[in-house]
Amino acid sequence: MKLTTDDVKKVAELAKLEFTAQELERFTDQLGRIVELVEQLGEVDTTGVEPMAHPLDVHTALRDDQLRTGLTHQAALANSPKHDGEFFLVPPVLTR
Amino acid sequence: MKLEVLPAVTLASMIAARELTSREATEYFLSRIRRLDTNVGAFISVDEEAALRRADEVDARLVAGEFSNSPLAGVPIAIKDILCMTGSATTCASRMLEDFRPPYTATAVQKLLDAGMVPLGKTNLDEFAMGGSTESSALRRTCNPWDPERTPGGSSGGAAAALSAGLTPLAIGTDTGGSVRQPAAFCGTLGLKPTYGRVSRYGLIAFASSLDQVGPLAHHVQDLAACLNLIAGHDRLDSTSLDVPVPDYASELAQPLAGLRVGLIREQIDNDSIDAAIRDATLRCQQTLSGLGAELIDVHLPHTQYSVPTYYLIAPSEASGNLERYDGVHYGKRSYGDAGSPSPLEAMIARSRSEGFGPEVKRRIMLGTFALSAGYYDAYYKKALQVRRLIANDYQQAFTQVDVLLGPVTPTPAFKLGEKSGDPVQMYLEDLFTVGANLAGIPGLSVPAGCNAQGLPLAVQFQAPALAEAKLLNVAHQLQQAEFFKPALAPSFAH
Repeated sequence: MKLTTDDVKKVAELAKLEFTAQELERFTDQLGRIVELVEQLGEVDTTGVEPMAHPLDVHTALRDDQLRTGLTHQAALANSPKHDGEFFLVPPVLTR
Repeated sequence: MKLEVLPAVTLASMIAARELTSREATEYFLSRIRRLDTNVGAFISVDEEAALRRADEVDARLVAGEFSNSPLAGVPIAIKDILCMTGSATTCASRMLEDFRPPYTATAVQKLLDAGMVPLGKTNLDEFAMGGSTESSALRRTCNPWDPERTPGGSSGGAAAALSAGLTPLAIGTDTGGSVRQPAAFCGTLGLKPTYGRVSRYGLIAFASSLDQVGPLAHHVQDLAACLNLIAGHDRLDSTSLDVPVPDYASELAQPLAGLRVGLIREQIDNDSIDAAIRDATLRCQQTLSGLGAELIDVHLPHTQYSVPTYYLIAPSEASGNLERYDGVHYGKRSYGDAGSPSPLEAMIARSRSEGFGPEVKRRIMLGTFALSAGYYDAYYKKALQVRRLIANDYQQAFTQVDVLLGPVTPTPAFKLGEKSGDPVQMYLEDLFTVGANLAGIPGLSVPAGCNAQGLPLAVQFQAPALAEAKLLNVAHQLQQAEFFKPALAPSFAH
């Protein structure tokens, strides 16, 4: 498929990334060429092939439910750009 | 004495015998870093005080009889700056994490500390390990010690450059699509990507969770073996780490190679993209192996040409999910959006991500988001997972005939800085011979193979079935014994 700047704009919204008009054009061109590269997979007959999401034969690893110390409240907040000592602080979700 | 040319295990024996202290060894390498790293750019951060404090502690504990079973106690090591370590920043070479100080230490690093090793500092990488030249680092430019106009490879470019300039005797990197093996090849060192799950990923900042693996880089095979012994094993903090016994890798190095079946990957050795000097290196390697009694057998990995497209759907898809966590809320960079936007929170998240990530990271997030989005999932992501299965089946088939596979690591020796950074597709095609091992989850080892006419390092790659690292190390050690390669620093750093 041929990617348009509108497609790329929509993906940018999903990915929560902002681009200037110039960046958008460059990304559309570059992503278009990468999509062309990956579309080579269309040549491969994969009828009936089980998708392989993981290199290990994944099984659910279980362990005993033991109480252990984790991060302290303070350590968990320490890298936050803004907090009040108890909560992470963020700008308003909505404005009036 | 020139410590930078000695095996790390020899340094450890000297330290154990008190012929050398850990402090002296640490001071020695710190002084080289201070003197020489301005020309290389291998390290993002070096904490001299912490390293010396640590060395003194190890010296005291050695005198008290501790670390008697540790083959690397007291030896300095460089850590790729994507592995968390308390007490210093872990940046992933990104503006996003420039000030991130992790509250815990990666299991692999903790195991090195528990064994008495001394971290010198954190090495440069492509931003979030996404790249093959270390040029996407937002914090440093690293050049190849063999030729300052060339890239050290990536993403563990700082690790390989530090080793080949003699700034550290050992280094830890990570490999998602070749990020240990390719820089090792470009800088003339050894580099091992272990089996997926052999080493815990806890504290390794995630790029692509079904592909990422921690691995060592070194000049000497014994050092790789000793280091893998320290970091391998199950970890209750990583449920994908394998709960199977860890063999003594060092004890298998001396096995003779008589009767070893070596598969020559025709699709790779005969590939049109491969440089003549690299093809010659694989031929020389075949001759040496044959002289050591190995049997050479042609094998086929018919889906080789599809490994890059498969990888560049799966890795970015996983990355787009893993990097969702960078939202300016809990840690990392925060930037505020334009005043008056309907949701100041949403605007903050988008602005933080847009200012925090560099272009290559954004490209991969975009590609992954696209491949996973409604309407494209089956055609792109699911298709890639199916081809991944076929690629893994090719390896399985080959390993019914042979014990290890021989092929190139890269199509060409180190390319020039700036040569491919403008063209992502050209950069991605560099990964043709390395991504297969990550997709299949098997181990791969980059082994030096002399130099080309311009004096640039050449390399060959061995791959083995899952958990057969001992066989890879055995083959490489025998090649080192047979002088197929000699451990070498970059010439201008060898004095």
